[in-house]
Amino acid sequence: MIKGQHMELVCPAGTPATLRAAVQAGADAVYCGFRDETNARNFPGLNFSPKEMAEGIRFAHDHGSKVLVAINTFARAENPDPWRKAADSAAASGADAIIAADIAVLDHMAASHPQTRLHLSVQAGAATPEAIDFYAEAFGVRRVVLPRVLSVQEIAALNRAIAVETEAFVFGGLCVMMEGRCHLSSYATGRSPNLNGVCSPPEAVSYVEDAAGTTARLSGFTIDRYDRGEAAGYPTLCKGRFKAGGKTGYLFEDPVSLNAGSMIVALREAGVTALKIEGRQRGKGYVTQVVRAFREAVDAAEQGHDPGEIDSILAGLSEGGRQTTGAYRKTWR
Amino acid sequence: MPRIALTLGPVFFHWPAERLGDFYRRIADEAPVERVHLGEVVCGKRMPFSDPVWPELIERLERAGKEVVLSTLAAPTTTRERRSIEDLCGDDRLVEINDITAVPARTGRPFVAGPFVNVYNGTAAQFLVRRGAHTICPPVELSLVHVGTIAQACPDAEFEIFAFGRLPLALSGRCYHARLHGLHKDSCQFTCEQDPDGLVVDTLDDQAFLAINGVQTMSAQVQAVMPTPMECIDRGISRLRLSPHTCDMVEVARIYRSLAEGRQEPEHARALLSGLGLPGMLVDGYSRGRAGADAAASA
Repeated sequence: MIKGQHMELVCPAGTPATLRAAVQAGADAVYCGFRDETNARNFPGLNFSPKEMAEGIRFAHDHGSKVLVAINTFARAENPDPWRKAADSAAASGADAIIAADIAVLDHMAASHPQTRLHLSVQAGAATPEAIDFYAEAFGVRRVVLPRVLSVQEIAALNRAIAVETEAFVFGGLCVMMEGRCHLSSYATGRSPNLNGVCSPPEAVSYVEDAAGTTARLSGFTIDRYDRGEAAGYPTLCKGRFKAGGKTGYLFEDPVSLNAGSMIVALREAGVTALKIEGRQRGKGYVTQVVRAFREAVDAAEQGHDPGEIDSILAGLSEGGRQTTGAYRKTWR
Repeated sequence: MPRIALTLGPVFFHWPAERLGDFYRRIADEAPVERVHLGEVVCGKRMPFSDPVWPELIERLERAGKEVVLSTLAAPTTTRERRSIEDLCGDDRLVEINDITAVPARTGRPFVAGPFVNVYNGTAAQFLVRRGAHTICPPVELSLVHVGTIAQACPDAEFEIFAFGRLPLALSGRCYHARLHGLHKDSCQFTCEQDPDGLVVDTLDDQAFLAINGVQTMSAQVQAVMPTPMECIDRGISRLRLSPHTCDMVEVARIYRSLAEGRQEPEHARALLSGLGLPGMLVDGYSRGRAGADAAASA
């Protein structure tokens, strides 16, 4: 991106109320999905009907914000209709862009809705200039959401090599595996992000109490154990505690979340166009608080404030949980 | 009845050059497989060790009548890794693509779309076929019914299933072998070499669950999909992929050969496989549309 250009703050909305909250809290764009397995946050009680989507888009446009519709799972071989319908409905409702990963969805959009902007979902796992150029040339993709495994230096090099915009995650859940290429959830539970839009799905979760404490399981596999009185976390597979080579611990990733607030300036200098906040499963209050803080932080970054000041703006967002800047710093690997 | 072919997939592990040499020479001489994949798929840092051994082994395998496929990296990042993909894509032999990065360099020439490329439906399969895909081995989490549906929509490609071996479940930018040993990926000391079948990851109550192999996460259990020849034909599956481990892979290939020729019942073939000192129990849940970890033929 051209230096000094406005960085877009892209915020999550799992419900129409959250969409309105995010817009009012200062989101430049809101991303959301339909209430089915066409999007990668297919959780009960979340997401939008076609009518709610159209209303949400109208509301956002009236308030100067954009809506990006995520249709970012992989169309089912035996019935791709829901994906086609979702794409058609989003385009007809005036969505500012569709976020897609599957070649079938991208192909349908390019053929049937060439006027609608296409963003490549992180679920496509495109991390090289060759892969990104391929999606740009084949389908006219205009922006790529970057996998959460790249360092800031790699992002800068990537932006020098490609013609399309990039969007980087700055806050929320952190996938440690390459998104769109992880079958851990389906291996344990039979349901996965690519097939069903879920990871470590709630119906597979059980908590077993005994004298020592609580065991959190996923389809019968123990993912973590908590002492009596210790708060039990959600058993997301890659954030579990396991044993290998005589060691016990969080072998893949600690139960941390991403906070790259301190990297906003660096990401801007690396040429990133848009900053993304994860959390479509989050409530209105949370989204409002996070979006407000990031709005202030991005504005401060654009006014030339230093990373320390920006970090202090975001200091209140930790919820007591542990945070990491993830792969943006090379030492993460 | 059309013949079901056997493919030996690429070695996912960091085997020293000597082990690779011994392994492929024996495959060339003894294994009843039609096609053999060679090349580093998991970690570009291992390539300087294995690259020097490939030319001799390719020649040896081809002399023995095997069709050699050059497999490429599944998660390239560095300039050197990207260049290696481009170079391999220029080869006259069949090339296996494991990341979209390789598609532009190979468009118009025949390739295998490996299990790391997201082909979940007929449209995606046809799209790749138009660019040169000739064999497609879909992602491991798809059931045989799904693969059959894709194959039906895409009659111009051969379909292959990941039939044997620890399942490749995930890739990361982070190296789990390095992390376990308190090292960073950039100075990993190649500790993955100590685990030629991957290192088992147990749950806190000692259930074998996953296995780590550098940046790759696999299943601890061993996929053993054993379709009858008729099932393969019904689903449009013409190849079974066997993924190399340190167990007797020639014997694994013989068991699958007899299965593919209808000389062996799946149940008996499974019993024979179980006797080979495999690194885990047999699973085949994915093939039946269930959790991948479900025990083989528990239906």
